[in-house]
Amino acid sequence: MAAGHRRVDIEEVSDVTIAKFIDKKILDEGNIQIIGTQLFGLVDEDGRKKIILDFSNVEYLSSAALGKLITLDKKVKKAKGKLKLCSIRPDIYEVFAITRLNQLFDIAETQEAALEGF
Amino acid sequence: MSSDEHFEVTIPSDTSEGQAVQARIVEALEVREYPEKDVFSVRLALEEALVNAIKHGNRMSPDKSVEIQCWISDERVRVEIQDEGEGFDRSHVPDPTLLENLERPCGRGIMLMGAFMNLIEYNEQGNKVTLEKIKGVAPKPPDAEAE
Repeated sequence: MAAGHRRVDIEEVSDVTIAKFIDKKILDEGNIQIIGTQLFGLVDEDGRKKIILDFSNVEYLSSAALGKLITLDKKVKKAKGKLKLCSIRPDIYEVFAITRLNQLFDIAETQEAALEGF
Repeated sequence: MSSDEHFEVTIPSDTSEGQAVQARIVEALEVREYPEKDVFSVRLALEEALVNAIKHGNRMSPDKSVEIQCWISDERVRVEIQDEGEGFDRSHVPDPTLLENLERPCGRGIMLMGAFMNLIEYNEQGNKVTLEKIKGVAPKPPDAEAE
């Protein structure tokens, strides 16, 4: 994938993959598609099973982005892996709470807390 | 106090055009010093409404457009978004928070608009949505509406 199209920073901590969103706004369709492709590739192509999604930079996200996260969660579960979300600011957490996706996802306050749980 | 503002704009079925309208409205709210929470809510609701109109209403057709009307004052912002689609019946949209629907990747847009805006209303055909946010006033939680 071209570097210019990269929307997620990937870091490895032992056998855990930390994917940190680069964008402040995960809103527009084009970006969401690119993010989806990059995240799905972690599971489908790279076979990674322990993934943390770090939301520290994210100030906005839409329901289309939530859709991608749900699909990613399904893929990870199918691969018998584990997906965790972390560092979600209160406004964004409200989006998860309203849609009850806070019950579907394993959400940690910080990256460290998410790492500890693996 | 700034004077009230009203504008009308017609855009093609292109989400990047929708983003530009969104940016214009958000900027107007920031100039009028709407709280950050309101700006977040309006941006989110506009994104959902515009994507719905363009993708689900007009099905991205280049022959169809979306009409947007916006009124902004120091007290409230009201936006009407109308597409050229057939419309839909809101009661037929499955509740995305039910356990059996929780893993469905779609269907959360309308719910989010309702949760973050003080008013969300569809016309009878279901191809026009009206959204309203009152400055500094938190929307009622969904449970309270049923009372």
